[in-house]
Amino acid sequence: MLSQRVIETLVGLFLLAAILALMALAFKVSGLTTFFKQDGYNVTAAFEDIGQLKVRGSVKIAGVTVGEVTGIMIDPASYKAVVTLRINSTVKDIPNDSSASILTAGLLGDNYIAITPMYGTVFLKNGDAIEETHSAMILEKLIGQFLFSIGHPGDKATDPSTDTADKGAKK
Amino acid sequence: MINQVAALGSLGIEVVRKYGKAGIILFRAIFRVPNIRKGFPLVVQQIYAEGVLSLLIIIVSALFIGMVVALQGYHTLSKFGASQQLGPLVALSVARELGPVITALLFAGRAGSALAAEIGLMKATEQLSSMEMMAVDPLQRVIAPRFWGGFISLPLLTIIFNIVAIYGAYLVGVKWLGMDAGAFWSNMQSAVDFRLDILNGIYKSVVFGVVVTWIALYQGYDAVPTSAGIANATTRTVVYSSLAVLGLDFVLTAMMIGGW
Amino acid sequence: MKNLIEINKLGFMRNNRAIFRDVDILIPQGKVTAIMGPSGTGKTTLLRLIGGQLTPAKGSIKVAGQEVPRLSRSALYNLRKRMGMLFQTGGLFTHLTVFENVAFPLRQHTQLSDAMIRSLVLMKLEMVGLRGARDLMPSELSGGMARRVALARAIALDPELIMYDEPFSGQDPISMGVLVKLIRTLNDALGLTTVIVSHDVQETLSIADYVYVISDGKVIGQGDADSIKHDQSPQLQQFLRGLPDGPVPFHYPADTLKNDLMGEGAA
Repeated sequence: MLSQRVIETLVGLFLLAAILALMALAFKVSGLTTFFKQDGYNVTAAFEDIGQLKVRGSVKIAGVTVGEVTGIMIDPASYKAVVTLRINSTVKDIPNDSSASILTAGLLGDNYIAITPMYGTVFLKNGDAIEETHSAMILEKLIGQFLFSIGHPGDKATDPSTDTADKGAKK
Repeated sequence: MINQVAALGSLGIEVVRKYGKAGIILFRAIFRVPNIRKGFPLVVQQIYAEGVLSLLIIIVSALFIGMVVALQGYHTLSKFGASQQLGPLVALSVARELGPVITALLFAGRAGSALAAEIGLMKATEQLSSMEMMAVDPLQRVIAPRFWGGFISLPLLTIIFNIVAIYGAYLVGVKWLGMDAGAFWSNMQSAVDFRLDILNGIYKSVVFGVVVTWIALYQGYDAVPTSAGIANATTRTVVYSSLAVLGLDFVLTAMMIGGW
Repeated sequence: MKNLIEINKLGFMRNNRAIFRDVDILIPQGKVTAIMGPSGTGKTTLLRLIGGQLTPAKGSIKVAGQEVPRLSRSALYNLRKRMGMLFQTGGLFTHLTVFENVAFPLRQHTQLSDAMIRSLVLMKLEMVGLRGARDLMPSELSGGMARRVALARAIALDPELIMYDEPFSGQDPISMGVLVKLIRTLNDALGLTTVIVSHDVQETLSIADYVYVISDGKVIGQGDADSIKHDQSPQLQQFLRGLPDGPVPFHYPADTLKNDLMGEGAA
């Protein structure tokens, strides 16, 4: 039988372990960062189509995560999706003529934003907009285009004139 | 014919009586709390007996479950070229389902059966009766601290299970299979929502904590005070609480996903 | 003489079987009263009825003028603080030391300081001769010692009434002698009222001032030890002398042996 004091200490350690585990779950596993304002600056980018991009999606340069998507809204005038990106303050020197594209991680992965740096000498700062954007590639659209393009050479085969000619010949 | 109807009736009365009795025990355990100064050390002792002593089995199981989920998941995901999604797969399955459910099942086996046996034995050796004759309410002195101990311990154990299982998956995915650690964590972070996934899992474990402890305490308190009766009570504790956990898990998941 | 306990027309059923039918028992204050009877006649049940752990089907049980079955929970608990009960197995808390077991009722019901509790506990343990065993766990005690510790615990709150459930069963002659002496001295020294439930005839008769014998749900004999010994009722004589057959039959009620055997063969 342990003394009450030892038991109390062990229970205290148990509680502490559980609290630390909960913190780890919150910050390491679920990326709950809204409690703390992280250093960084915001830039925006307008896309024709964002596909499956979601808030808290990652922003990458050369595959390395440098920030995250903090907001997505529709611009009522242009009907484009305006995405707000928060870039970590450690990544300061992104040229302002860089382009942003929405890519997919693997075949089935999440969408993320890839920034491709260019060679400008003026760097992006808080509130700037990335002008050059490439929309998400939507699989259905690609398949549609593909089918259209292979369907096109066959246009003559289904040419109405030959059709009628055939019919005429039969008659 | 009449006999069968009577048998049905007596079965019904018996069932209602049992649930009523169990309900009264739960009610008293919750509301007849001893005063803080005397009750607090008792609850701490029970958190030790039910929580701290269950830690080892919880940590070992969590580590292996996390590792095996990662291994299985990696091989399946890589067939689709989606092995980068291992982090979300593990974190979501652990936080939403495996964590609360397996912790509750292990808790029922480790702490629940011990509770039922302990209380059954106290009953068989007339400790509860002599407590009553000393004008001390056993529900208040014995049952209530054990209930609160279980109620507090299980969610804490679940949190620890979750983090250990995810660490186990990290060991397999990153250290063994050579995934990129940054991708592992960042994909996990972007897929797991703190409130929807992690907190909902913990809410489940709170419900399981009430149910498992309640079943164990009732079975112990209601045990036939013989060695066979106590053996029965521990068996029933494990069987009933496992079934209750699995059934309730479905109901709770349906409620959470359905947004009731 | 004043009666501490008055039981009147008591009836109690368990599983549709009548345990008591119109039992009247008076227990005088300051005396040792024994309730004897064969096993299974509900002697322990009677103690539990007096302690309010069970509710009678009919009749009244008055302890110190209060009707036990009708008391509210808190009144009942207040009454129980004035009773001590020694269970057959002792009922010591297995996870507490001897000292803590005896201190338990004091810690629960009083606000005494630790030093005060310590002296009280040591005094009670001294009375039962186990002051030196205070740091042992109940599992380290012999059966007789466990019962003496339980006795010290039962008198910790200085009750007016103490009830013993089968105090002598399963004891060797020495511990039996110790217990007999203890029960008598405690009764006389503390001015207690004592109720002993037992089927150990010799030991019980040696200390009881007044004896009730119960069998088959009824009181079949009462009086002081001598008059009980000389009572000519056959039921009483069978019990006191331990005769194997008599009014209480050797055989459990059954069909005749011949019918039973033949019936089995026919089927």
